[in-house]
Amino acid sequence: MEIRLFQMQRLSALVLAPLVLGHLALIVVVSGEDLSAAAILERTRGSWALGLYYGLFVFVAAIHAPIGLRAILREWTAWSGRSLDGAMVLFGLALLVLGGRALFGLVLS
Amino acid sequence: MIRASQRHVGFYAALIHRLSGLALALFLPAHFVVLGLALDAGGAMDRFLDWTTTPWVKLAETLLVVAFALHFSLGLRLLALEMLPWSSERKTAAGVGIGFSLLAGLLFLLNPL
Amino acid sequence: MASATELTVWVWRGTDDGQFQRYTVPRQDSQTVLDVVTWIQRHLEPALAYRFACRVGMCGSCAMTVNGRPRWTCRTHVESVAKNDTLKLAPLRNLPVIRDLACDLDPFFEKWQRARGRFVPTATRADPPAPVQPQSAERRAADHAIECINCAVCYAACDTVAWDETYVGPAALNRAWSLMNDVRDGDRAGLTRAVADTGGCITCHGHGSCSAHCPMELEPAMAVASLKRHVLGGLFRRQA
Repeated sequence: MEIRLFQMQRLSALVLAPLVLGHLALIVVVSGEDLSAAAILERTRGSWALGLYYGLFVFVAAIHAPIGLRAILREWTAWSGRSLDGAMVLFGLALLVLGGRALFGLVLS
Repeated sequence: MIRASQRHVGFYAALIHRLSGLALALFLPAHFVVLGLALDAGGAMDRFLDWTTTPWVKLAETLLVVAFALHFSLGLRLLALEMLPWSSERKTAAGVGIGFSLLAGLLFLLNPL
Repeated sequence: MASATELTVWVWRGTDDGQFQRYTVPRQDSQTVLDVVTWIQRHLEPALAYRFACRVGMCGSCAMTVNGRPRWTCRTHVESVAKNDTLKLAPLRNLPVIRDLACDLDPFFEKWQRARGRFVPTATRADPPAPVQPQSAERRAADHAIECINCAVCYAACDTVAWDETYVGPAALNRAWSLMNDVRDGDRAGLTRAVADTGGCITCHGHGSCSAHCPMELEPAMAVASLKRHVLGGLFRRQA
């Protein structure tokens, strides 16, 4: 299993790299502007492009973050084994659900 | 806290990469919850956005963006170390170079002050 | 307060449970840390346990922690490491302490075996010598890694070894990499499995403390990274 996690972590990192760069660019562009819920929604509602981009982002981040967190917890705390693995799966699922919900609210509602 | 045997670039890079990743992993669920506030027509998101104009929050946001850029740059450095047959000096230089330029560009453009 | 003619030397005494004990040692020209330890044992503390053999930087037996860094004491000049005329000496990190400055290297060699750090022959004495091109990429990669004398300095320097008890460590993987590049080895598949297993090359986080401390100036970090590439490539090449 360790080898699969290693491979998924490297693969997800490669996919995330351009997505992160794009998101950083967005942060820079948006930071100069006044934000309100209405202003954000005007940009995101109905945008399939954004939906696909951030849908992929959420999915891959939900793989990448738990694997990284697992390494930190295994090495820096006494937690390890099945219960840690289970907790990380739950964390990944939580990211998927919360991210998906946010996307739904911003793009589809 | 840092041992004598840890006082070299590779360790510092790995430590910053790990700590920034930890910060992002903890931040991400909160980020999604806030974005999900868009679903609430009662203005919860606007209220939250008002709160983010306070200076402490602006500072935290800036630090998170910095963490984001650092984790990205140092992650690219790690991928290069593992996947490309470069000399170690070249890889470190590449990572540090990307990291600094990204940081500088970000801080300039974001201009949190 | 020690003057410039004397050194204050804190030495670990005891087993994993123990404490640092303080000694005062006269300074001499071109003194090495091994000279210091030997002086303490001969003049102050006959019961002090420590290791050395060649005294000239060839065997790696004298490896221990000097002011927080794992080094060979015979090749460490006091003047290059003693800050404020003080030395702090401890056994190598990440290994059980037998007594004082001598640690048990069994776990180091067990992990060496776990990473399949042994050659698997295919030929017999009746066969002609295997043709190995010295300038081939594989032989050069093997030669770059082959001078390891198992002193365990890299193992002691490695934080991932300290944090993750399953990790076999840089020396074992460096050896595995040299074997991976040995065209005569008969079990590349088995070797790949051994280094891809839990605690293998994939556990390394790329700190590079190993390469930073290797007294032979080898590059275990690069060997481990090369193994990672090899193992990652297996995803596409379907190696067993």
